[in-house]
Amino acid sequence: MSQPYRMETQNLSVYYGKHPGVRGVSLPVHDRRVTALIGPSGCGKTTFLRALNRMHDLTPGVRVEGRVLLDGEDVYAPGVDPVVVRRRVGMVFQRPTPFPTMSIFENVVAGLRLVGVRDRRVLGQAAERALRMAALWDEVKDRLHAPAVDLSGGQQQRLSIARALAVEPEVLLMDEPTSALDPISTQAIEDLLTELKNSVTIVIVTHNMQQAARVSDYTAFFLDGEMVEFDATDRLFTNPADPRTEAYITGRFG
Amino acid sequence: MNRTLRRRYLRDRVMVGLVGLGTAAVLVPLFFILYYVLVQGIGALDLAFFTRPPAPPGETGGGMLPAIAGSLVVDTLALLMAAVFGVAAGVLLAEYPDHPLNPPLRLVVDVMAGLPAILMGLVAFALVVRPMGHFSGLSGSVALALLMIPIVTRATEGVLKLVPWELTEAGLALGLPRWRVIVNLVLPAARGGILTGLMLSLARGAGEAAPLLFTAFGNPYLTANPLEPMDTLPLKLYVYAISPYPDWHRQAWGAALLLAAAIMAASYLARRAFRR
Repeated sequence: MSQPYRMETQNLSVYYGKHPGVRGVSLPVHDRRVTALIGPSGCGKTTFLRALNRMHDLTPGVRVEGRVLLDGEDVYAPGVDPVVVRRRVGMVFQRPTPFPTMSIFENVVAGLRLVGVRDRRVLGQAAERALRMAALWDEVKDRLHAPAVDLSGGQQQRLSIARALAVEPEVLLMDEPTSALDPISTQAIEDLLTELKNSVTIVIVTHNMQQAARVSDYTAFFLDGEMVEFDATDRLFTNPADPRTEAYITGRFG
Repeated sequence: MNRTLRRRYLRDRVMVGLVGLGTAAVLVPLFFILYYVLVQGIGALDLAFFTRPPAPPGETGGGMLPAIAGSLVVDTLALLMAAVFGVAAGVLLAEYPDHPLNPPLRLVVDVMAGLPAILMGLVAFALVVRPMGHFSGLSGSVALALLMIPIVTRATEGVLKLVPWELTEAGLALGLPRWRVIVNLVLPAARGGILTGLMLSLARGAGEAAPLLFTAFGNPYLTANPLEPMDTLPLKLYVYAISPYPDWHRQAWGAALLLAAAIMAASYLARRAFRR
């Protein structure tokens, strides 16, 4: 069976109690491409993103309907372990989340070590590989055992990315990863995305339309919990099909 | 300066004065107690006090060695039990708010926290002393642990709730199971507060005599075996204080001073642990 997309949602809705935060979204996620989700605050793009790796499971009162296919299989099907889903579909959050009691090295390999990988050589190689991918290696290679919280905000965010990459996910979800960062750190992370998409499929939520235009191959525009438009990024930004998309990207609201 | 402003300054000074008075009303008795215990007890703290078993009734001399050793053993065991059950209960309350055991557990912890200490001795008597057939240090530890568990549970629950939810989410997003996230990420982040709770519970338990009256019971001979009856400092303090012998009174003050010092040290360590 051919699988055209790495991930795909079919008629996905997310309810907070009775209120639908996301309504009937069907979105394809192309393999080893960057897909950006844009839209004004409260449009449901983060809610949608968190449904992709079942992060809503632990929030009481949240219900997910529809299907989320990962390599053609529904991650919400009965018997699917959310822990396994999250190993394949990693996530980076808006704010850097270094584990406060751990060193830089321990942070990067936490996802491996805490599931039983003990071999120091394996861990060392994984740490270097992940830190290089996250463009942080040169800055921290001489102080791997310093506390992670000593890093700057931008470095902490790249550490969070390295930590997510160390478990070798197939898909990486990023929820406004640069919104808490200065322009230089933002630039570093955007450069990183272009590198990463050679090996990882990326879905990124961003407030920043320029960022979406710079880093993504495909863009989805969300409004009021619905996906208004999905297209290749250059087409969506130059020739939007829906007047609401046009209004948003030309800055008339949001 | 106009009148309104002057009146405000005056009122400010009166209020600060009242607050100072209230503080003094709390601190003066505390310092009086500590001062009195120090003056009365310091004379009893000689080498024999720490190294000798008690003298027979009516004779002078002797020491508190069995009670000191017993306190160490009974309190350590109690702390271990309180740590295991208290932290576990705190984790359940804080991390699994929707667990069906949560509401009854919360009720039990609240009720336990309000029960008189001597009742814990009664429970330990029924649970441990009766089945064993005799008094023991272990049963005393159980009684103290019952007293300490609610303190540890509440401290653990409170401090776990302060750990940002983002930390849990970051762990889950790595594909870690929930229990891993709790054991390796959330609990270490909260360890300072949990240690503080443990120290405070120890300070509470170590000073209790009532729960030990019919559990640890007391023992004039030195033993490190918690399956035998054991003496502890608060028990000895109680027995000596109500005795008719002046030399025992003197030693009771010594025991009081030692207890106060140990508990203050535990509280101090608790604060230091929390700051780190």
